Amino acid sequence: MLKTEEILSAAHKLRWEVGENFHDSILESIYKDASSIAGKVITRVGEKPKFDLDRFIDRVVTGKWTGFPIMFLLLAFVFWLTIIGSNIPSGGISFILVDTIHPFLKNLLNSIQTPWWITGLLIDGAYLAGAWVVSVMLPPMAIFFPLFTLLEDFGYLPRVAFNMDNLYRRVGAHGKQALTMSMGFGCNAAGVIATRIIDSPRERIIAIITNNFSLCNGRWPTQILIATIFIGGTVPTYLAGIASAGAVVFIAVLGVVFSLIVSWGLSKTVLKGEASAFSLELPPYRRPRLMQTLYTSLIDRTIFVLWRAVIFAVPAGIVIWLVANLEIGSLSLAEHFIHSVDPFAFFIGLNGVIILAYVIAIPANEIVVPTVLMLTVLTTKMAVGSGTGVMFELESVNETANILHAGGWTALTGINLMLFSLLHNPCSTTIYTIYKETKSMKWTMISTFLPIALGLIICFFVTQVWRIIVG
Amino acid sequence: MSTENSNCATCPAHNLANLVKLGIDMSEFDFVVALAGNPNTGKSTVFNNLTGLRQHTGNWPGKTVGRAEGGFKFGDKRFKIVDLPGTYSLLSTSDDEEVARDFILFGQPDVTVIVVDATRLERNLNLVLQVLEITDRAVLCVNLIDEAARHKIQVDDRLLSKQLGIPVVLAAARQGIGMKELLKSIHDVASGQYICKPHRLSSEIGNVSHAVDALNKKIIEAFPDLPNTRWIALRLLEGDQKVIEAISSGEIGNLKPAETFDE
Repeated sequence: MLKTEEILSAAHKLRWEVGENFHDSILESIYKDASSIAGKVITRVGEKPKFDLDRFIDRVVTGKWTGFPIMFLLLAFVFWLTIIGSNIPSGGISFILVDTIHPFLKNLLNSIQTPWWITGLLIDGAYLAGAWVVSVMLPPMAIFFPLFTLLEDFGYLPRVAFNMDNLYRRVGAHGKQALTMSMGFGCNAAGVIATRIIDSPRERIIAIITNNFSLCNGRWPTQILIATIFIGGTVPTYLAGIASAGAVVFIAVLGVVFSLIVSWGLSKTVLKGEASAFSLELPPYRRPRLMQTLYTSLIDRTIFVLWRAVIFAVPAGIVIWLVANLEIGSLSLAEHFIHSVDPFAFFIGLNGVIILAYVIAIPANEIVVPTVLMLTVLTTKMAVGSGTGVMFELESVNETANILHAGGWTALTGINLMLFSLLHNPCSTTIYTIYKETKSMKWTMISTFLPIALGLIICFFVTQVWRIIVG
Repeated sequence: MSTENSNCATCPAHNLANLVKLGIDMSEFDFVVALAGNPNTGKSTVFNNLTGLRQHTGNWPGKTVGRAEGGFKFGDKRFKIVDLPGTYSLLSTSDDEEVARDFILFGQPDVTVIVVDATRLERNLNLVLQVLEITDRAVLCVNLIDEAARHKIQVDDRLLSKQLGIPVVLAAARQGIGMKELLKSIHDVASGQYICKPHRLSSEIGNVSHAVDALNKKIIEAFPDLPNTRWIALRLLEGDQKVIEAISSGEIGNLKPAETFDE
């Protein structure tokens, strides 16, 4: 042990001797050697190509005037393809899972004299929730994720970060937050972990708190579906696709705006400090490998997210069935809850069903829409696909729309649901990840409740303005 | 007949047929391989190629922030491979650089594979030289040579190998090009068939070499088994808190040359 102390004290003494530019001189000698070796082993064959395509693309997609419009157009195009494309398979899947298999299973259990509550729990609860998750979410995900992965593989996301970097620096956050934000578009939990690339703890916490403002995998389908029904439904058919895509882009951009505003607010109040500098390297463009991208995005993202949704949906389905069927007095638990929060929900332009759905769906954002549908159906005592003829369309988007309209939804409810889906607490996985990364209850709580507070405020104002203007 | 057989056995193509991708099964491995490199050079793609795992890869820097582990079997040896986060250097203080640095220093991998981008070789070599200061056993994987060809850049792998004193493999991991040569090199370095003579910073650091030497001597005295005392001396002189702690706790004494690591 003595020897180690000797070493340390010697090092301490010698440190004065070597002077302050010791670090620089080490770096210098590394750079010198690297450059001399590189000079020897690299040869450029022939003339350097006069027209460098990469550089040209970069100049356009990160240009001062062209960068942002191209970004919006690309995003809008991706959503438009998703919305147009997912109408068709969605109807088919819903026809099979909800309209055909559901009554079949129910009849089967009834025919073997199963008690009504077991049939209810298993078929109307667990099975229906799972089936709805699959038919509502699979089509948009199967189109959106491969497209998004192609953009990522091509190298476009770092350009998005490059465009955004300056904005983040100006609000007092770290430029790399643009990268973790882009990552959050996939999954907020992953985005929160990705903030490890930010060195300063202050800037890292800002990035963690605001990551939730990036719409994640679980929320894209909600946005796309609700936009299709309530925004696409209010314009002529030939404009429907474009209008709904535009609405989703608007919400996504709004999320980015919120992350900037909140970052600014935090860095001016509780997390004061200067933004630190860094250099962002733009990776080369690479030709995406089409088949591999399709494969990995299908396995890694689509199936992964879907599986997670189903796993959470099945127990949620049971809970939903229970709260809709367990009665106190003459009303079910769900109705008690919905009626008691309805006045408050009305105040902010939502309804009790949505609030209850968000409580049940805390484990996973993916199941919000299916939960809303199930609660609406169960509390309004509608019959779904059971052959009674109440709703028997093949188009599941129309079917969904019918259910929601029957539940008393208006365009305002739709808009507010989109806003609230952007601005509410992160899913439980993300909350847990935030706690693991920050090791702080305080920041975890702030990350959880700040978005909810914002969501309630925004929905309230939108509702008041809407009621004044539209009436 | 027997000579033919032995020729076959040393050919990477023959051994590649024996590559068993073990995925996350890492029980009873013979060697530990670390995968280091600048961000966005394709480390994770190389990792997936060797292990058969499908760690998510993406064309952007900072994708891997923790470390991923997997295994493969080549010849009759089992390897555990650790995918480290991409870093530009091992000198500064961010979390991801520390993960990479700590693993190469304290994890004592039998081989460190450094993945570099052929189109950005000069900048990438900065990290390579730093890794070579820490460890004696390394393989350089010059990845993305297809990109380099597109940019009309050629890399002389044999000269580079001579300059650095470690095996150099040209590769395009996305297409699987160069993977069998990489495996062979990893195997040769791990098993001691290839003895690395790693490049050391040539230009002696001005007037401070005697300070480094003096400190180096003291460290060797205290920890005769330590493989990279010079680098530790350099870090001490820079006031690297982590290394200072490792010295005062004596943890650094547990580091042994990779040869004796197995026993």
